Amino acid sequence: MLLLAGTVGLLVAMAMMIARAIMGASHYDRILAVNSFGTKAVLLLAVIGFMFGRPAFLDIAIVYALINFITTIALMKFFRYRALGLPLCASPGEEGGDG
Amino acid sequence: MITLPASINASLVLDIVLLVMLLVVAGAIVRTRSLLAAIILFGVYSMISAIWLVVMDAPDVAFTEAVVGAGISTIVLLGAILLTRGETEKSDWRKLIAPALICAAVGGVLIYAAMGLPDLGDASSPANAHVGRAYLEGTAKDIGVPNMVTAVLASYRGLDTLGETAVIFAAGIGVALMLGFGPRSSLASPPSNLGDRHVTLRVAAKLLIPLIALFALYVQFHGDLGAGGGFQAGVIMAAAITLHALVFGLRETMAAIPSRVARSVASLGVLIYAGVGVVCMINGGGFLDYDYLFPPAVEAQIPGWILGDGSHAPHWGQHAGILLIEIGVLLTVTATMVTVFYGFAGRTVDDARREAKR
Amino acid sequence: MADILAWAGGGFVIIGAALSLLGAIGVLKFPDVYTRIHAASITDTAGASMVLLGLCLIAGLSLTTLKLVFIWMFVMLTTPVSANALANAAFGSGHKPRIGAFQIMRTDERRKTPRGVDAP
Repeated sequence: MLLLAGTVGLLVAMAMMIARAIMGASHYDRILAVNSFGTKAVLLLAVIGFMFGRPAFLDIAIVYALINFITTIALMKFFRYRALGLPLCASPGEEGGDG
Repeated sequence: MITLPASINASLVLDIVLLVMLLVVAGAIVRTRSLLAAIILFGVYSMISAIWLVVMDAPDVAFTEAVVGAGISTIVLLGAILLTRGETEKSDWRKLIAPALICAAVGGVLIYAAMGLPDLGDASSPANAHVGRAYLEGTAKDIGVPNMVTAVLASYRGLDTLGETAVIFAAGIGVALMLGFGPRSSLASPPSNLGDRHVTLRVAAKLLIPLIALFALYVQFHGDLGAGGGFQAGVIMAAAITLHALVFGLRETMAAIPSRVARSVASLGVLIYAGVGVVCMINGGGFLDYDYLFPPAVEAQIPGWILGDGSHAPHWGQHAGILLIEIGVLLTVTATMVTVFYGFAGRTVDDARREAKR
Repeated sequence: MADILAWAGGGFVIIGAALSLLGAIGVLKFPDVYTRIHAASITDTAGASMVLLGLCLIAGLSLTTLKLVFIWMFVMLTTPVSANALANAAFGSGHKPRIGAFQIMRTDERRKTPRGVDAP
């Protein structure tokens, strides 16, 4: 019962994030909304797994927590720099010495 | 009462809410004109689909949908629209009447057909009564692997999976032929890094990349027991390599995993898979019949304590065969995804260099 | 004892879901991208910690708890870092904050008058 209430709360929060992703004022708002949606989706997967009595779903939650991060970085890098191949950070040898 | 005994109401509520969200996101994807917004919403769509698949009790499929749809697919689509314009053209609504009518007609026919399908989980439907039941009853006897999806995928229908692996390999070759194997100009000149100093990102990426790779190996080897397997593990490993390329630059990643190595590893995976089949044939069985993987003399030498409790026949051939072909699938999927990423990202590096020279 | 733990776990899950909900309301209502990043990342991390703690209490001591601890570790590592990177990128691309008044000096500028003489 308590888990079901938690699920409902998370679903409402996810719906709000979708609204922000659709209406977002700039693309950064959309990227933020998707990242936040992803974190809530991880929590929802964990709670659903417990509700249905199948803890095997936790693997999916773990993997999506990682994939969400990668997608956010890729989207941010694309939108800000329009490049996927150039490095975001210089390697320690090339920076001016305060890396 | 904390945990519900899988009551119908919870799944129904979840199903309806998730499907409504899917509908809203799909409508937004169609209506938006900016392609970047469409790609972002595609990621959201894939994730909602993955959650819905979890609610329907299909964790293997949900796994694949989550990693492929919301992860690699988004990154490859980004690479694709870097090579094109960022917006779609506005289309006249009059041109859309005929396609809309066709879609409505086809959709109506599909909905009518779907009403005649058996109920979900009906034990007497043809899908569940004949072949499905044979697999359910035969897995423990013939193969001895707890995860039945892996048993069907890797052993009962191993030939189909070999075809799928070959198709993935062919797709990688196709992309590489069209887009090239990486940046054309040599990478000897130092790359221009992009300005802002992302120190926390660099540190966090250094921590995360090996953890993601380790988790990919866990998914690979745990696929016999829980949700997972070769395809999912391959995509997760490719995601780790992609993260490295995103944060540290394509040059560093290609120094670690050259394009040559990626191509060779992809073909090695298919070779391992087909090789297992041929070894089974040499030992007297059919193609990919794992019971004949080890000759009987070798099989008698394997000590009983390695696997299982000895209360049932150990099926060494099945276990070893499934392990080997899953490794083949992992190698091919990882290397193909890396090749595709190199193709797209290499093109953008070339474009950036050309812009800088201008 | 297990029953009390289960109820406490459920309570933590509800607190975490409420925190996420508050964060979502914030992202909808706040005026510009920096405040939204602030709302989303703080409440997401805190809400995730609460939810995962609650699930750990329900699960007891087992492999499931270890996996929940892993999820917690990954969320704590990735959510603040991506918020930082996003805010960095938004600022670098010229997004000016919409509320608050502050002066930002670029690194190549020099202060023309010593400290304490300027208006704050």
